[in-house]
Amino acid sequence: MTLVTPKKVILISALLTLLLLGVILLAVTLGSVRVPFRLSIQILIQSIMGGNVSGTDTEQAIILSLRFPRAILAGLVGAGLSVSGAVFQALLRNPLADPYILGVSSGAAVGAIVALLLGLSTASLGLPLVSFLGALMTVLLVLYFGRQDGKIHPNTLLLAGVIIGSFLSAVIMFFISISQREELRTIIFWLMGDFSLANPQTLFTVFPYVLGGFVVVYLQARHLNVMLFGEENALQLGVNVERLRMICYLFASLITAASVSVCGLIGFVGLIVPHGSRLIFGPDHRILIPASALIGASFLIASDTLARILLAPVELPVGVITAVFGGPFFIYLLKTRKTMKVL
Amino acid sequence: MIDVRSISFRYHQGWVLQDVSFRIQKGSFIGLIGPNGSGKTTLLKILYHHLSPQQGDILFDQIPLRKMSRPAIAKRIAMVAQETHILFPFTALEVVLMGRSPYLGHRLFESSKDLEIARKAMEWTETFSLSERAMDEVSGGERKRIFIARALAQEPELILLDEPTTNLDIHHQRDFLDLILTLNKERGLTTVMASHDMNIASEFCDQLILLCDGKIDRMGHPEEVITRENIERVYGCDVWVDRHPVSGAPRIHLLKK
Repeated sequence: MTLVTPKKVILISALLTLLLLGVILLAVTLGSVRVPFRLSIQILIQSIMGGNVSGTDTEQAIILSLRFPRAILAGLVGAGLSVSGAVFQALLRNPLADPYILGVSSGAAVGAIVALLLGLSTASLGLPLVSFLGALMTVLLVLYFGRQDGKIHPNTLLLAGVIIGSFLSAVIMFFISISQREELRTIIFWLMGDFSLANPQTLFTVFPYVLGGFVVVYLQARHLNVMLFGEENALQLGVNVERLRMICYLFASLITAASVSVCGLIGFVGLIVPHGSRLIFGPDHRILIPASALIGASFLIASDTLARILLAPVELPVGVITAVFGGPFFIYLLKTRKTMKVL
Repeated sequence: MIDVRSISFRYHQGWVLQDVSFRIQKGSFIGLIGPNGSGKTTLLKILYHHLSPQQGDILFDQIPLRKMSRPAIAKRIAMVAQETHILFPFTALEVVLMGRSPYLGHRLFESSKDLEIARKAMEWTETFSLSERAMDEVSGGERKRIFIARALAQEPELILLDEPTTNLDIHHQRDFLDLILTLNKERGLTTVMASHDMNIASEFCDQLILLCDGKIDRMGHPEEVITRENIERVYGCDVWVDRHPVSGAPRIHLLKK
């Protein structure tokens, strides 16, 4: 029986949560400064339970103030981008859609670069804020131009998003060409997606957007299934298409905006995680959305850990890792599961 | 059951339907015929409130369609479109279960009762053995039957069919029409079928509506509608009309120029 039941959703989510916990533990123990595996887990558990914490102050600081918050932040962003990608693919009925397709990322990038040029550091809370505002303005602008007769048409929305995105890319190139050498590296790292510059405190601001967006979008999961068959079918089955589109567009965009504003444009996650999850668990959004969230979180934490340790002590932008590992893995999935025609 | 009261509809300019009025009696099987662009599909879309007419009203048991909520309409009227493009491979059973959508409201998961209704719908349409098959792995005829099953899972009072027999070979056409006829006669499922195949419409429907340029040209029993004069006037081509040797229903033959 392949039907999606609450039991199946809970079981799969529980298994994927175990995977996620394993990845978090690995991420906390691995790094350029060696903290023994047992000790790092002890520090983590003891600090969560309260009471005496083992290890030196330095070891505690590395685990509790650096690696753990960074892993959680990467997990939130990974979950957010993956859920948002799955929703955009259904909303636009386009398997090639990802969270950045409607220009949200370019808006965030313009915001971030403006903040950098104004002298705000990437570790401040000001930069994510300006970046988030840039993304929000793009979301509203695309919505304004992407509507016809007061209705969202996926193709018009797509065109508006792509065009506004291209325009903003030109603005980004302009800023890059006038920026100084020292800012240039930061800008380019930010555009690749990078957690080394992120402020771990931002996880508290990202969390409500990702969680809230997830809940709202998940409540629409069954309707998203129907939407995959097109507007006419959705109307035939009594789905209020207009409302569904508006909710999905706004909340998926909010998740994306909050995610990219803290760590830059991490590519590939929002495209390959939903597809990978679909290949494993099928196209039903009631399982696809939670599975994408958990797999996306695990994938991005693992990628970020690799980015930290591969050339340690030098850190790579995490976007390089997601692209280098994500691309071939996706091709492998496509080739080995030929029965699942997704593209 | 349904009272269509002088509706007119236009997309942007030019009326696609003009002052169309008719009634659909409970349990009837109505064929909608007419040339390309005469407004058949538009009329079907208006009947399930995908489009709403600029003028006139459609009453479903005295209640205007535009005052009913989408799920309320979907519980009573089901539509089977010509072709449905499927993006990701859902299984046949999952597709049929989507027919329960209007009944689920905010619930995310179907109950065992929904599953039972979907199973019955698949048994009637002889698609139960395909339950686990992905929609892109079934043939055109099977796909059509699966969508009929989805429509039946909506437990509708009225089913709308848009060109249901195109792309089917004669065997599948016969099976499909027999199924619809059985549902119509035995379960009292009111049916409206738009079709280009006038011989099929004449054979299976008990009432025909002949549309021409967005207006009703003729309406009535197949014998009153399918006549040489009517068809030649509306379609503008020479035909010969005789009777089906077995059933006696009027039958059209094309004549060469």
